[in-house]
Amino acid sequence: MVLAGVAALLLIRNIYVMMLVLPDEMQQGPVFRIIFFHVPAAWTAFLCWFASLAASVVYLVKKNLKYDAFAASVTEVGLAFGAANLISGMFWGRVIWGVWWTWDFRLTSMLVACLLYAGYVMLRRAIEDPTERARMSAVLSIFAFADVPIIWFSIRWWRTQHPQPVFGSSGSLDPAYWNMLFLNWAPILLVAVALLILRMAQEKQQRAIDAMRREAHVF
Amino acid sequence: MAVPAVRRSPVRTEPPRLSFVRQALIIAAKDLRSELRTKEALNASIAFALVILLLFSFAFEPTQEQTRRMSGGLLWLVFAFAGALILNRSFARELPNDCLDALVAAPVSGAALFTGKALASFVLLLAVELVSLPVFGVFYNAQWTGQIGPLLLVLAGGTWGLTVVGTMFSALTVNLRLRELMLPMLVYPIMVPGLLAAVQLTTPLVMGQPAAADLMIWVRLEIAFDVIFTALGVALADTVLVR
Repeated sequence: MVLAGVAALLLIRNIYVMMLVLPDEMQQGPVFRIIFFHVPAAWTAFLCWFASLAASVVYLVKKNLKYDAFAASVTEVGLAFGAANLISGMFWGRVIWGVWWTWDFRLTSMLVACLLYAGYVMLRRAIEDPTERARMSAVLSIFAFADVPIIWFSIRWWRTQHPQPVFGSSGSLDPAYWNMLFLNWAPILLVAVALLILRMAQEKQQRAIDAMRREAHVF
Repeated sequence: MAVPAVRRSPVRTEPPRLSFVRQALIIAAKDLRSELRTKEALNASIAFALVILLLFSFAFEPTQEQTRRMSGGLLWLVFAFAGALILNRSFARELPNDCLDALVAAPVSGAALFTGKALASFVLLLAVELVSLPVFGVFYNAQWTGQIGPLLLVLAGGTWGLTVVGTMFSALTVNLRLRELMLPMLVYPIMVPGLLAAVQLTTPLVMGQPAAADLMIWVRLEIAFDVIFTALGVALADTVLVR
C-alpha cells in the first residue's frame, strides 16, 4: 500500500513534468510522451523475467517453495508489463507509423517472449502437485530466459534482411528526455514491486488453502 | 552407553557401468524398435504431414514463383506440426504399465535417457521429412534434389533443434491431462530462432539453388541454437525426470 502510494505520488509529479514542462518532440509531437511508459515497461518486464530465472535456479538448488512462489509471481508481473509495453507500442505505432502492428524485430521479440511466459502461466495451471509444478515451471523459466536473447538477435537478423519502412531516425535522445525516462522508471518499478507483493500474498494464501483442503481430505 | 551406529554400505551387486553414449544408444534403439513394431506415431505423423502439404496447395494455390519464396516456411511448418505428434509420443509411450518409472529407476542417467529419446525422435522425424520432401517436390514442382547435400545438413540441424527442445517438453508435460495441447504451446515459441534459421536456409536449397554467402549467419544461429539447447537439456534432464 505504501509502495503504491509513493508510486502514485511520483507518477503525478512525473506526468506533470511530462505534459507541462517538457516540450513536444520535434518530429513526432505530443504522442512521443508515450515513450516514458512504453520503454520502462519493457525494461521492467525483462527485469522481472530475469528475476524469475534467478528464483527458478535458486528453487532447483534449495527446493524451497518460497522461491517458486516468487518466480511465479514475478513472471506474471513481467507478463503484465510486457503486455503494457506491447499495447502502448501499438497505440504509438498507430499514430506515428499509421499501422497497429508491424513485424519489426522489437515488437516481434516482445510478442514471442510474452507468448513464452504465457505458456509458463498455462503450464502452472495444468499441474496439480505443488512440488512438481515448481520443478517443471523452474525448468521452463530457465529455457525461456535462455531463449529470449537468441530470439532477439534472430528476429533482428531476419528483419534487417528485408526491406522495411524507415521508422523515424533512432537518433539520440535529448538528455532531458533520458532523465525523464529513468525518473519514470522508478514509479513503474514501484508498481511492479507492489503487484509482486500482492501476488506473493495470494500464493501464500493459496498454499494455506491447499494445505487445509488436504487436511480435510484426510478426515 | 549408546552404541555408535555402524555405518555399513548396503551390499549390492553393481550393474556393469555403461558409457554415456552406449546408454543413450540403448534407449534410442529401444524407442525405435517399439515404434517400428507399432508404427503408431510414425504412421500418424506421415499421414498428417501429407495432409498438410495437400491443404497448403488448396489454401494458397501457389505459382512457381510463390513456391520458390515460401517453400522453406511451408516445409518447416509441416515438419513442426508432424514433429509435435512424434514428440508427444516420445514419453507418453512409456506411461502404460508404468514404464517411465522403470526407466527412471534403471541404471541409466537422466541425461542419457533424455539424449537417447531425443535421438530416437530425431531419426523418426527425419524419416517423416524424407518422405515429405519428394511429395513436396511432386506437388509443388520443386527441384529439391539439386542441392541435396547441404539440404540434408540443414534438415538435420533444424530437426535436432526441434527434437531436443521437444523431447525436453515432452518429458515436462507427460503427466498433464492437456499434454497434446501444452507441448506445441510451449515448444513453438521457444523454437522461433531455430525454425527461423532452418526456414531461411531451406528456402533456396529446396528449390535447387545454392545458398548465398549472406545466409552463413543462419548456419551459425542454427548451430548455436542446437548447442545451447542440447546443453540445457542434458543439464536439466535429471531435474525433470527424477521425481
